[in-house]
Amino acid sequence: MSHLLRGLAPISDAGWEVIDEEARQRLAPALAARKLVDFAGPHGWQRSATNLGRTDGLAGSPAEGVEAKQRRVLSLVELRAPFDVSRAELRDADRGALDVDLAALDQAAHRIAVAENVAVFQGFEQAGITGLVRASPHDSIALGEDCERYPRHVAKAVDVLLGAGIEGPYGLALSPDAHTRVLETSEHGGYPLLDHLRKILGGPLVWAPGVEGGAVASLRGGDFLFDSGQDLSIGYDSHDADAVQLYVEESFSFRVATPEAAVALTP
Amino acid sequence: MGFDQYHEPAQELPAETRTFARLCASLTEEAEAIGWYEQRLAVEPDRQARAIMRDAQGEEFKHFAMDLEFLLRRTPLWREIAQGILFQEGDIVEHGEEAEEEAVEEAAAEGAPVVGSVSLGIGSLKGAQR
Repeated sequence: MSHLLRGLAPISDAGWEVIDEEARQRLAPALAARKLVDFAGPHGWQRSATNLGRTDGLAGSPAEGVEAKQRRVLSLVELRAPFDVSRAELRDADRGALDVDLAALDQAAHRIAVAENVAVFQGFEQAGITGLVRASPHDSIALGEDCERYPRHVAKAVDVLLGAGIEGPYGLALSPDAHTRVLETSEHGGYPLLDHLRKILGGPLVWAPGVEGGAVASLRGGDFLFDSGQDLSIGYDSHDADAVQLYVEESFSFRVATPEAAVALTP
Repeated sequence: MGFDQYHEPAQELPAETRTFARLCASLTEEAEAIGWYEQRLAVEPDRQARAIMRDAQGEEFKHFAMDLEFLLRRTPLWREIAQGILFQEGDIVEHGEEAEEEAVEEAAAEGAPVVGSVSLGIGSLKGAQR
């Protein structure tokens, strides 16, 4: 049995299928970072750190005439979002109910997706993660609320990247508010703004809950590295007569290899 | 000229299976060569000869790895089990048992949600978005 202890939960195979499928459906649309950055792994729960290939000099040494250095690594961060599932609802799922109430799971999935997005885009200082927005050396571009000007802002960001020698295609992550405005907007002549932006980027536009404003980033690869230990999983914590306490969990690190490969967009 | 890599009549085998069998035979030969060089190196006293054989053995390591990668790419179940065992620290037998159990479960489910699997299998979504 893995550390998730799923085998100890009072949940049938059918119940686990319902829970896992619901989690996948809720997580996939919200995991904006994974749509733009390189993903390595999953390497498993026992992976603790990402190799940075760097060393720190040490003042001392165990013996005279010997130099000592210490490897520098980026420790993986563990994220866990707990939630409850009603045992009555699980029994209904076993009977074939299609409208099982998994609202708490949905909220937990959203919370952990937001946490992942924030760590990758904005950063997570306590975990040693510098987000791609914070890492960018380029001046940020203000999006504003007039989304008819978004093509101009995005084109400017692409110009900045090209000027820095960063090839495309490029992807655009937008906060939910900005994303909604884009979807609702047609430019003069009825051409959807979404399609116009995609043509400028040569890549996708992604909904990025948790992100403020957004970012334009190169998708060429090798610039932004998400190192997955345990990929998103559902584990068992405890249960009582009424509910089962579960959690969504993952471990990862994130590092920016090419800070110039992204441009921040402020709200 | 032998066709020992075929256990069944070659003319009855699909082309993909014949290619697969050839690479399995090649993998075996590379592993044998690695073992032979290891034995020769253990007894050879001449330093230069040892250097040459060490270099030759390195070639066999490369050939073995390329053969194995080809076969794993063609065999998803094998690949998945191998991923649970290769380059992992800890108990090899334990990793093997866990990897086999998880991979076989997943294959049996044929794409359905994997009961008891250790992750939701989301992984990278690059290229999956509109």
